[in-house]
This record gives sequence, C-alpha cells and structure tokens, in this order.
Amino acid sequence: MTVPTRTRPGARSTYARPAGAGSMELWTWFFMRLSGIVLVVLVLGHFTIVHILGEGVDRVDFAFVSGRWSSPFWQTWDWTMLFLGMLHGANGMKVVIEDYVRRDGARAALKSVLYLTTFVLLLLGTLVILTFDPSKGRSAILGG
Amino acid sequence: MRVPERLGTVYRGGSGQWSWAFHRITGVTIYLFLLAHIVDTALVGFGPDLYNRVIAVYHNPIIRLMEISLALLVLFHALNGLRIIAIDFVPKLADKHKELIGVVMGLYLILAVPALYFMGRGFVRSL
Repeated sequence: MTVPTRTRPGARSTYARPAGAGSMELWTWFFMRLSGIVLVVLVLGHFTIVHILGEGVDRVDFAFVSGRWSSPFWQTWDWTMLFLGMLHGANGMKVVIEDYVRRDGARAALKSVLYLTTFVLLLLGTLVILTFDPSKGRSAILGG
Repeated sequence: MRVPERLGTVYRGGSGQWSWAFHRITGVTIYLFLLAHIVDTALVGFGPDLYNRVIAVYHNPIIRLMEISLALLVLFHALNGLRIIAIDFVPKLADKHKELIGVVMGLYLILAVPALYFMGRGFVRSL
C-alpha cells in the first residue's frame, strides 16, 4: 500500500531548500528574529516620536531633522534602524523572490537588483547620517 | 522523494495561513516604502531647500492616508513577527497558536486605536 504524498508529514511543496545551504540558512533565520526584535523597538519608537507625537509629520522639516541629528543618540538610533531595516527587508525580499520567481535567469536578475539596491542605499544613508553637519546645514561631503 | 508539482503548496487554511500571507504582504509593502523613505531622508544631506521642498509631499492629505495605512501595516508586521519569534523559541506555544493570534489581534487594537486617533487628527488638520 502506498501512503498518499499529501499526508506525508513535513512534505509541503516542491520548494525544498537546496541541500548544503545549512549554516547560512540558519544564520539568516537567526538574524531575522534578532533584528526583528530590535526593529520593533526602533521602528515603533521612531514612528511614535516622528509621526504621532506633537503635530506628527506636520513639524518635520529640515530644522527638525537637523536638530535630531545633532545628537549622537538619534544618529545611532537612525543608523541602526537603517542598517537592520535594510538587511531584514532585503532578506525577506530574497525569500519572496525565491518562492515566487521560478525561472533561473529572472531570479538571478531580481536578486542582483536587490543586492545592488541594498548596497547603494546603505552607503547613501550611512554617508548622510555620519557626515551631516548641523552648523553647515548639510552633509560635510555631499551637496557641494 | 519529491512531491508532485501539481499538488502545489499544501496548507490547511485558517488564521495561521492568513497571518502568514499578511506577514508577507505587509513586509513587501513596508520594504518598498523604506526604499523611498531612505532616499527622501538622505536629501537632508543636500541642504534645507531641496529637503523642505520634497518633504512637503508628506503634508498632502492623500499621502497622509498612506502614512496612516503604513502605520497599520508596520504594527501588524511587528506584533505578528513577535508571535512567530515566541513560537520559534518556545515551541510549546505552538499548541496555543490560535490563542496567540488572538493576543496579537487584541494588542493590535489596543495600539492601533490611539495611533489612528492622533494620526487622524493630523489628517483632518491637513484638509
């Protein structure tokens, strides 16, 4: 008698993980959980302070951001949020691409765009936060 | 042994599957917004004129409705993510997974209502 495949425990789909992807898979699994916990605090805190308290987004302008980024505390907060948010989001998008894009070429192309976008935006955000000079009213190296 | 492709993904439905689907949908939506938000915030580095001109977009009523929607998506993704982490690290909680989804929905309402109130006031002001 053959057991119907559908009832075999653990067999959910043809989207099986490739063999040998072990340690990296485990590491990203752990990173998603750890960064997720930190991001709950950072993002909900950011949203409450910037978008809900006071007049919310009405009071957000250059002077507002400039004031916040003159404090190393908020610079660190925003940079950590940028870094963890981008990596958490990019890894999530990678999983989504691998689940739904079945053609090898399209999958590789989308993942390349994803990794390039992640790199460029991390670099841009890091540059702006680290080199922002409140006395100059702009980044010390960007914006002429 | 491979499962025949025509079976597709075998799920049994219910609140667990819905929360999985919403976690994906909210995650992708938040990610796409994050890309735009990093670029607009980076304009701070190019001086007040450019930044103030671009950021004024956020004061538009339609964009404010999107901001409110984003808050609701982020809150769901955050609380549902904590639920997933709780089950991952305390496997026994899987026996109570439906109750846990109830806890998530309860917390969601408790936090979403005041957020909606304050952001709703901002939206009315922007009209």
